[in-house]
Formats: sequence, structure tokens, C-alpha cells
Amino acid sequence: MLAMFFWAFVVGGLICVIGQLLFDVAKLTPGHTLSLLVVAGAILDGFGLYEPLVNFAGAGATIPITSFGNSLVHGALQDAEKHGLIGVLTGMFQVTSSGISAAIIFGFIGALIFKPKG
Amino acid sequence: MASKQKNMTPQQQKYQQLQQKHELKRPVLKNCIKAFWVGGLICAVGQAISYFYIYFFHFTEQNVGNPTVATMVFLSMLLTGFGVYDRLGQFAGAGSAVPVTGFGNAVISAAIEHRTEGFVLGVGGNMFKLAGSVILFGVFSAFVVALIKTLLGMWGVL
Repeated sequence: MLAMFFWAFVVGGLICVIGQLLFDVAKLTPGHTLSLLVVAGAILDGFGLYEPLVNFAGAGATIPITSFGNSLVHGALQDAEKHGLIGVLTGMFQVTSSGISAAIIFGFIGALIFKPKG
Repeated sequence: MASKQKNMTPQQQKYQQLQQKHELKRPVLKNCIKAFWVGGLICAVGQAISYFYIYFFHFTEQNVGNPTVATMVFLSMLLTGFGVYDRLGQFAGAGSAVPVTGFGNAVISAAIEHRTEGFVLGVGGNMFKLAGSVILFGVFSAFVVALIKTLLGMWGVL
């Protein structure tokens, strides 16, 4: 269990370092960087490389934004197996629904509770 | 700048190059170290939340990512609302932007920022102003990848 924490820390940290290098060295804006990382996650899952990383590092792989692309592909492929091509559309958000719904729900609650600063 | 460089002696130019090299190099390494441990720490917190869901709500290692992400976004709402996350972002750079809490922060801070313009046009219209590109490119690339993989599977290539 402790090893899992260690690997989550290391792998998650390394993905953040990749993001930081895209910020500093490639001089990309945060928006470009995050979009690139999401696309990278989707492509990695296309080659079946992201799942082993999740099994190995747990939250170190599921918490960075790359996992968003990964779980979108995952959901789409799961449904595509059952229903064929149309499953790509119907299954897209199946696995990653909570991230988007949580962002919308808590975003709205946040806007109700908190006042803008500055 | 260019004319200034021409007027300098070779020694000065050398010094300038040396200075530039060191100026650019130092913050990158420092920023990477900061991003590494803040990002790693956020992921370790996520791991703790994962174990919480596995032991008390009977999720499995495979689907525990879903509730964990939702919880992290909730934490991100609290931190953003109290103004802690912005300060963290200034310190950690990508370390706080790359984890899903950064995605939550982008949505939530846009929602809070625009509430003065009303809940429909302000909050509703601007909520995904920053995070929209992540959703767009995530969904579109996932669509392309899944489509290619499904078609290849149908044709018997994979």
C-alpha cells in the first residue's frame, strides 16, 4: 500500500513535470498544454499503454488530466464492443462522467456560495 | 537590441550569452522541482481518497478513478473559493494545473468570476471558457482514436 502511494507520487509528479516543461521550454499557454496532455492520454490509450500505467501508479495516473483522454477512449471502446460504430458516440462519457458532472455541479455551487475576489 | 549587441565587444557578447544561458536555465529546473512535488502530493492525496472508496464503498481498483476525480474536484471548489488554489498555482505552475484539480479550478474560478454578470449569461455562459478546450480536444481525439480502433477491429486488422 505504501509503495502505491510512492508510485502515485512519482508518476503524478513526473506528468506534472512534463506539463511544466511544455510551459517553460516549449512556451505553451496552460490551455495549449492541457489540451495537448489530454490528446496524449487518448492516443496512449489507443495503443493500450495507459491502462498498465493506471494499474502500476493508481491515482498517479488517474488524477492528472491525461486520464481524461484515457477514460474517454475507454468508454467509447467499451460501448463500441457492444453496439458497433455507434457505441463510439454513446459510450464516450460513460467512464468519465463524474469529472465533468462534478465540475459543473460544484462550479455552480461555488458560484452560489463564493463571491469573486479582487 | 540588435544594434546594442553589435556595439559590444566580443567579450561582452560572450558574457551576455553566458548570462542568458544561466538566466533561462535556473527557473526551469526550479519550476520542475516545484511542479514535481506539488503534483506528486496532489496525486498522493488522490491515492488516499482512492483507498477510502475501495475500503468503504466497495469500488474496485479499475473504477475507483471516477469517484476519486469527483472528490478532487469538490476539494478544488473549496480551495478555489477560499482563494488558496490561485496562490498554489502561482507557486507550483503545472504541478497544480495538470492534475484534475486544475481542471476543476479552471471551471470553478470562471464560474465565480462571472457571477456578477448573472447566473445565465455570466456563470452559465463562461463556466467552460478556460476548460472548454480540454473537453473539445479530449472528446474529439478520443472519438478519432476509438473510431480508428473500432474500424480496424471490424476489418480484422487488430
